[in-house]
Amino acid sequence: MQFSYEVKDSYAEVKSVGRLNMVAAPKLREVVNEVVAGGSSRVVVNLAETDFMDSSGLGALIGCLKATRQAGGDLRISGVQPQVKMVLELTNMDRVLTAYPSAEEAFGDD
Amino acid sequence: MTRFWTRLLVLLTVILGVNYVAWRWMASLNWDAWWIAVPLVIAETYSLIDVMLFGLTVWNLKIRKPPPPAPADATVDVFITTYNEPLDLVMTTALAAKDIRWPHSTWILDDGDRPEMRQLAESNGIGYVTRGADWTPDMPRHAKAGNLNNALMVTSGEYLLILDADQVPEPDILDKTLGYFNDDRVALVQTPQYFINVPADDPLGSQAPLFYGPIQQGKDGWNAAFFCGSNAILRREALMQLGLVGYVKATEKSVRRALAASRSAIKKARRSEEARNPLVEQMLNEVEAATNAAQQELEARVSLSEITYRVRRKVDEAVRTLVAADFSALQADLDEIAAMELAHVGESGVTTVASDAVDRMSGRDWSPLGALESVHAVLDAISVERTDEAQPIMPLATISVTEDMATAMRIHSLGWKSVYHHEILANGLAPEDLKTMLTQRLRWAQGTMQVLLRENPLVQPRLSWGQRLMYFSTMWSYLSGFAAVVYFAAPIIYLTLGILPVSSLSWDFFIRFIPFMVVNQLLFVVAGHGIPTWRGQQYSLALFPTWIKACTTAARNVWFGRPLGFAVTPKARQSGGPSWSLIRPQIVVAVLLAVAMVVGIARLLTGLSEPLGTLVNVAWVAFDLVVLSVLVKAVLYKGFVPEGAGPEDVGPERPEERNADAV
Repeated sequence: MQFSYEVKDSYAEVKSVGRLNMVAAPKLREVVNEVVAGGSSRVVVNLAETDFMDSSGLGALIGCLKATRQAGGDLRISGVQPQVKMVLELTNMDRVLTAYPSAEEAFGDD
Repeated sequence: MTRFWTRLLVLLTVILGVNYVAWRWMASLNWDAWWIAVPLVIAETYSLIDVMLFGLTVWNLKIRKPPPPAPADATVDVFITTYNEPLDLVMTTALAAKDIRWPHSTWILDDGDRPEMRQLAESNGIGYVTRGADWTPDMPRHAKAGNLNNALMVTSGEYLLILDADQVPEPDILDKTLGYFNDDRVALVQTPQYFINVPADDPLGSQAPLFYGPIQQGKDGWNAAFFCGSNAILRREALMQLGLVGYVKATEKSVRRALAASRSAIKKARRSEEARNPLVEQMLNEVEAATNAAQQELEARVSLSEITYRVRRKVDEAVRTLVAADFSALQADLDEIAAMELAHVGESGVTTVASDAVDRMSGRDWSPLGALESVHAVLDAISVERTDEAQPIMPLATISVTEDMATAMRIHSLGWKSVYHHEILANGLAPEDLKTMLTQRLRWAQGTMQVLLRENPLVQPRLSWGQRLMYFSTMWSYLSGFAAVVYFAAPIIYLTLGILPVSSLSWDFFIRFIPFMVVNQLLFVVAGHGIPTWRGQQYSLALFPTWIKACTTAARNVWFGRPLGFAVTPKARQSGGPSWSLIRPQIVVAVLLAVAMVVGIARLLTGLSEPLGTLVNVAWVAFDLVVLSVLVKAVLYKGFVPEGAGPEDVGPERPEERNADAV
C-alpha cells in the first residue's frame, strides 16, 4: 500500500495504491492530515488503483472527512473499484460518500 | 445421549408446566382474594416462561471440538482495560499477556491516564494507550466502550483479545481460539470467566458455572454466544463494520433531526426582535431555502456529505453577501460623515473598512446569523462529523453500561457468527465483599435492561428467532425480582390471614404442580451435568431488591434520561464490621417470614387454619428462609484466604479488582 499526493489548483489529490486495509488506514489518516496542515482542505482520495478496502480503510476515510470539514473543506472519493463499491454498499457508507468517476470531476461542481 | 435426555426433559417440562399454569389460570384462582391470587399466577407464569427459555437454550447445546490451527500470519492486539486498578495487578496481567505464545502486540488501555502506569508499560516493552486529543471534556466518555473504541483507532491487529485488568491469560489462549476465525464469518470467540479467589462454597456466588457452561453452550447452538467483555477474541473487521453502520445511521438521524430543528428555529427567529432588520430577514429566507433544498435531497437519497456540504456553502455564501452589503452601507455612512467633516478618522483621513474585515465578520459568531443563536446552533448540527461524539466511528456499542451484550447483539444482527469456547484460558479475581458484589450485579442488570429497552431483541429484524430468544431469555431472567416479592408475600398472607390464593389445595393442585416441579429440577440436574446450580438459584431470588432497582433505574434512564446513578464500585474491600444495612429489605422479609411461620402454627393449633394449607405454606416459608440464608454467609464473608495461608498473607486491605468492567 502506498499513498502519494499532489496539490492542484482547487484541491489536493491523494492517490491510494494497493490494499487500503487496517494496516494502511492509520497511514492514510497521516497523509491527509499532512495535506490539510499544508493548507489544502479540499481533498480527493483517488481510489482508482485501490483494489481492496476493508472497514478500517473506510473508517479512516471518515476520520479524514471530519478533518477536512473541520478545516472548512471537504473530502471526496473517486475511481471506486468493484470491491470497494461492494464494501461501501455493505456498510451503507454510500449514504454518506458520493463516489465520483474521476478526481477531476470530484470538485467539478464548485 | 445426554442430548436426548435433555430434550426429553425439556419437552416434559413444557408440557407439564403449561398443563399446570393453564389450570391455575382457568380453574384455580381464588377471585375473592384476587389481589394476591392474580399476582401469584402472573409470577408463576413468569417462572414458567423463564424455564421454557432455559429449555430452549439447552435444547441446542453445542459441544465444540478444538478448532483447526490458525494461519501463521494472523495478527493480534491484546488489550488490557484498566481505570484505577492497582498498578501491580495490571502489570501481572500485562506481563502474562506479553507471554502469550502467538505473536501479538500487548497494550494497556489506561483510562486513568496514570504516568506511573505509562512508565511501567514502557519499561516492560508493553504498548500504552490513553484517550486521544479528540476526547475533550465536553464529549461523552462511554467508560470501557469508549476506552476500547479509542484504542481501536490507533492499533491495527486483525484480531483483538480483550482482557479485564485482573484476568490473567494462559500462554496458549490464542493458539486454542484463533483457529475458529478460519471461518471468515466468525466475529467473536468468548471463553469462560473464572475466578481464583473464591472459596469452594462461593459465598458471594461469583462463579457462574451454569452460565459459562450449558447456557453459553446452548446460546452457541443458536449462533448467539454472548460477548462478556473480557476473555474474548474479536475480529476487527466486524467491529469496524459495526462502527461504520452505526455512524451512517447516527448521521442520517442527526441530519434529519437538524433539518427539522432548523425549520422550527427559523420560524421562531422570524418572530424575534432581530428579524425586523431586513438583512436578518433576507438571511432567514436564504437559510430556509437551503434547509428545504436539503430536505428534498435527503428524500431523493443524495449522499449526506453532499447535502451537508451544500447547506453549509449556501449559508456561508449568503452570510458573506449580506455582510458585504452591510459593510458597503457602513462605508457609505462613514464617507458621508467624513464629507461633512464631523469626524476625522485615521491619520490619512481616509475611512475604510479593512478588506479582511468582511471575512472576519462573516464568521458565524459575528454575522447577522450569529445574532440568532438558535439558528446558528442548529446549522452546526447539519453535518457528517458526528460532532456529539469524540470520534465518528464507535465500534463498541454505547447504548448500555454493559457494552458487551449490546455489541454482540449488533454483531449478530449484521450476520456474523460467534463461538463459545468452553475451556478456562484466563484466571480472574472476583469481588471479595458483599457491597462490591452488589454494585457489580446491579450494573449488569441495569445494562441488560438498558439494552432491552433501547434495542429490544425481539424486534431486531436481522436476528434469527433463536438469537432473539437467546438475548430475550437473559433479559427476562432479570425481571425475577418482581416475582420473588410475590413468592415471599403469598405464604406470609396465608399463614397470618388464612387467605389462600388458590381456590383449594386439593388433589387437583398437587397432581399438576408436583410433576412439573420434579421434571423442572431434573432438567437442571441433567442439563447442568451436576454443576452446582444451587448458589445461583439462591441469589436469583435473594437479590430481588437489586433486580427491582435495576429495572426501575434503567427504565427511568432510558425513558426520562435520568442518570443510572450511584454505581461507583468501591476501590477496596469495605473494612469495618459486617454491613447488614446492605440487605435491609431481605432482613425485613426474613423476619416477616419467621413471624408468619409462628403465627401460622399458632393458628393451626387454635383451629383457625387447616393442616394441609399450613403444612404447604410452612414448607414454602422454610424454603424461602433457606434461600435467603445465603446472604448471612455473604455479609459475614471476610474475603478470600487461600488454603494453607494465614490471613496476614492477604490482609483486609486487599484491593477490590473487579471494577474493570465498571469503569
